[in-house]
Amino acid sequence: MHIHSYEKLWLGMALLLIVGFIGTITYGTVGAGVQMVDDSGGNVEPGNVSEHEEFGEPGVEKVGENEYDVHVVARQFVFNPGSEVYGAIEVPVNSTVNFYVTSADVIHGFSIAGTNANTMVIPGEVAEITIETEETGEYGIVCHEYCGEGHHNMEGLLRVVPEDEYNGSTQ
Amino acid sequence: MSTQTDQPSFVDRYPEEAAVVRRSLLVAFVMLGIGALMGLVQALHRTNVLRIIDSADYYTVLTAHGVFLAIVFTIFFLVGLYQWAVTRSLDRSPVDIRFTHAWATMMTVGSLMAGAAILLGFIDEVPVSADVLFTFYAPLQAHPIFYAGLAIFIVGTWMAGADWFRTWLAWRKDNPDERIPLQTFMVLTTMIMWYVATLGVAVEVLVFLLPWSLGLIDSVDPLLTRTLFWFFGHPVVYFWLMPAYLLWYTVMPKIAGGRLFSDPLARVVFILFVLLSTPVGIHHQYVDPGIAQGFKFIAMTNTMFLLLPSLLTAFTVVASIEHGARQRGGTGLFGWLTALPWRDPAFTGMALAGLLFAAGGFSGMVNAGMNINYLVHNTLWVPGHFHLTVGTAVALTFMAGTYWLWPQLTNREIYSRPIALAQVVMWFGGMALMSNAMHVAGLFGVPRRTAEPQYSFDFPALFGTIGELRLQIAVGGTLLFISTVLFLSNLAFSLGTPKREGFGQTIPPALSGPEDSPAVLDNMKLWAAIAVVLVVLAYALPLGAIISDNGLFGVGIEPYPMLVRPLFDWAGATLAGLAEVIA
Repeated sequence: MHIHSYEKLWLGMALLLIVGFIGTITYGTVGAGVQMVDDSGGNVEPGNVSEHEEFGEPGVEKVGENEYDVHVVARQFVFNPGSEVYGAIEVPVNSTVNFYVTSADVIHGFSIAGTNANTMVIPGEVAEITIETEETGEYGIVCHEYCGEGHHNMEGLLRVVPEDEYNGSTQ
Repeated sequence: MSTQTDQPSFVDRYPEEAAVVRRSLLVAFVMLGIGALMGLVQALHRTNVLRIIDSADYYTVLTAHGVFLAIVFTIFFLVGLYQWAVTRSLDRSPVDIRFTHAWATMMTVGSLMAGAAILLGFIDEVPVSADVLFTFYAPLQAHPIFYAGLAIFIVGTWMAGADWFRTWLAWRKDNPDERIPLQTFMVLTTMIMWYVATLGVAVEVLVFLLPWSLGLIDSVDPLLTRTLFWFFGHPVVYFWLMPAYLLWYTVMPKIAGGRLFSDPLARVVFILFVLLSTPVGIHHQYVDPGIAQGFKFIAMTNTMFLLLPSLLTAFTVVASIEHGARQRGGTGLFGWLTALPWRDPAFTGMALAGLLFAAGGFSGMVNAGMNINYLVHNTLWVPGHFHLTVGTAVALTFMAGTYWLWPQLTNREIYSRPIALAQVVMWFGGMALMSNAMHVAGLFGVPRRTAEPQYSFDFPALFGTIGELRLQIAVGGTLLFISTVLFLSNLAFSLGTPKREGFGQTIPPALSGPEDSPAVLDNMKLWAAIAVVLVVLAYALPLGAIISDNGLFGVGIEPYPMLVRPLFDWAGATLAGLAEVIA
């Protein structure tokens, strides 16, 4: 097959670029330890979320020195906890926070604005993401997947507070 | 646009086929008009510049925009263009033109059904709706006629493919030793990819969603059905792109005054699309729970290799138009650029489309980066990306290609060349503005697919302000709408320009012809088989894992909205009542 020499050079550079991209992603996963949301959260029956051991009473729970589990139930058009009716999610700064998010009805999204905490929320599945709280402040939580006619009203708040102000309850 | 020639035009030689092509293009352009209007409503609504609809209706508008443009406009243009390409490059008619009319009718009926289901969503009194967006993720549920329409439409495209394969086999009998002409090669490879890709959506719709919407099965699994959607949902983007590539490879070099640089490389590119388009769909599900990281990693590596055919295309297309420019007297390292036919809207439109495609390619590389995807997933960045690809590389190339092709289908001149030129430049400008702002807003975390991205908190804008970005989106969207109106009215006026002769066009052979490539490239069965193996490797385990976790139909999933089932229950009760009365 006849290939022009410039074209061969271009082909080589293109392959190098591709391998380079795969290399950086692999480094991000293995070296920097950015894990993808996966099947580790397990399954939960959407109709029985309220009877589930953790999602039945969702909220913040201290599970270790500077480590917290937050269970969140998304349903049209609120996050429990997170949305105004349930109160903001409050965690102390300089801690590790594991979010477990599931849906009681349709597919939702869960992202913390201005950060890379971002996951789909699929009925039947539990999404598990872990963040490190490095700065105090208020962060908006957005449902980023269309979930029905009130979708644009679905929002929540994450409050990262100084360690000495943290009182261990959702408010 | 066309210059005077002494060749007979396509419509002179193939009047019946030209009629099929014209009709397909007309359906495409009607949909383009409606879709563009929906786009304008969205651009102004989201940015809070003008809100003429309820925010609840925004999602009906958004569904219509997505389905009418990304499915009906693009695919009707594709079948029109491909019918022209097969007829022209094999220089023969379909085996049976009635079959050709049959698939065109099927596709139209399917589109009307799905379109009606969507638009009836505006009328609250009618219990028919399909406010499910382009992706129709269960348990959001549409009326059964939406799913049925979709199925009929897709079967129509399968028949179109069968028609072209049949024409090719008939040609092959008469020409046993010839290489497949390049345009037909592109059509056949596209359709092989399409057959593999549409298996996912066919199973999703026929086995799960349609029976579910009819109340025949109680529940469907959201993760399984969305995985089947993306099995189809990524390769469909190449179904949009490959007709644009056909125009870039075979028509653009000619308009630029030259010829295609390399026929063999063009074949390799299309084969790479056949092989790699489908086993990548999970890259749309990088942040889905319930899918193991390893499967996402495999999809990521396949996706990165899928960059290769587009990077090769960039080389070949630029080399071909440079060759054309030098034939026209262009000189110098970059000086040849000035020798290109920039006053020709067909050329300028395709060139600007290619330029924005390069930008879209780069934002696509970011999307493909598995762990970087956390930053942009479902933000406005993503529609910013695909408005450069399908919304410009494809849509603008189709419009520019129409300026070149339309006279050959009608024997009538395009009404106004200056308006056409202004139109393609305006699309470029409007899209550059809108898509840039969407990308940036996405980086700040502004979500896509929402009527009112105005929350009780502020998005942290790292530079500029969210207000500036909104203004850019509104202005860009308005320019795009005006550009669409200019395109459609220019074409409508072209229906009335006087008929004359001299619109025939030929496409010159490539500088490096098919004889420079191994014959194995033309072995369609081989490439189809390898494509299927790759899909099985990429999908067997993830699909198996989802089904073993959740079962085939999921558990306890209620549809939303609860419109259809009560209607059917009511119909069932009425029938039962009637039966009692009669008995």
